[in-house]
Amino acid sequence: MDELIIAGRKFKSRLLVGTGKFASNELMVEAMEQSGCEIVTVALRRVDIDNPGDNMLKHIDPKKYLLLPNTSGARDAEEAVRLARLARAAGCEPWIKLEVTPDPYYLLPDPIETLKAAEILVKEGFIVLPYINADPVLAKRLQEIGVATVMPLGAPIGTNKGVRTADSIAIIIEQAIVPVVVDAGLGAPSHAALAMEMGADAVLVNTALAVTPNPGKMAAAFKKGVEAGREAFLAGLGEQRQKAEASSPLTGFLRN
Amino acid sequence: MNIAINGQPKQFEAPLTVAALLEALQLDAERVAVELNREVLLKERFAATNLKNGDSLELVQFVGGG
Repeated sequence: MDELIIAGRKFKSRLLVGTGKFASNELMVEAMEQSGCEIVTVALRRVDIDNPGDNMLKHIDPKKYLLLPNTSGARDAEEAVRLARLARAAGCEPWIKLEVTPDPYYLLPDPIETLKAAEILVKEGFIVLPYINADPVLAKRLQEIGVATVMPLGAPIGTNKGVRTADSIAIIIEQAIVPVVVDAGLGAPSHAALAMEMGADAVLVNTALAVTPNPGKMAAAFKKGVEAGREAFLAGLGEQRQKAEASSPLTGFLRN
Repeated sequence: MNIAINGQPKQFEAPLTVAALLEALQLDAERVAVELNREVLLKERFAATNLKNGDSLELVQFVGGG
């Protein structure tokens, strides 16, 4: 059985789904179901006390999905640690997708603050899944302090551009001692398939599902992309070469 | 007494526990996390924690996110 194992916990699905930006909770749930995912990310925000509204947790079955809170909105390590502690206090298991993004335009993760926060959170017993730029040296440093995965970006969050950082991700995968989850920027099932063919252990997708008029159908398509890519990786891809190599026999032609 | 909730100044009658405040605001204590004066307050302590004049509270909950 080909399972994804993160911090000793086994998952059948290699597709993680983000819950942001869906037009309704119903569409979010449909995408979650069609994707076959077992891990969903959520964010933590202030309650609007004058208008508390609908709590999205009502729509997520905790027996079916592991809730992975993120630290989105954190601009430095201190804010990220504060959010992680609050997420744990809210009743979550101590899993945290660590993201520190001080730059609002490209939402690129701050490597120094991410490393600082990861050190603190690992010490406090959190299972830390850091969102990082595709930097093999940073990935290594994070693994040395005990993170549960590394989550390099394919392209900036929400851009749907695909695995633009492929060469660096390949190095991260080659050197990894924890699962590599390609996160951010994947806009099409073919992007997810490519990441998996390269040997990524899993991918995380949100925007690509949330912005289409049919999130359920797109989630089903991503599920197939992830599975196809994984199977191709396990089978072993043929080597790329410069010159043609005939697939048909080079003997017995109808000529003298 | 004056209490700041999520940065907004509010007035309440003392005595008031955190649990009672959440109930008054119609918030499900199971689905909210609380910081009292920048320290995380565990759910088990909501009912026994009395608010006092000048306290600052953060009430947060999960929303969709990637």
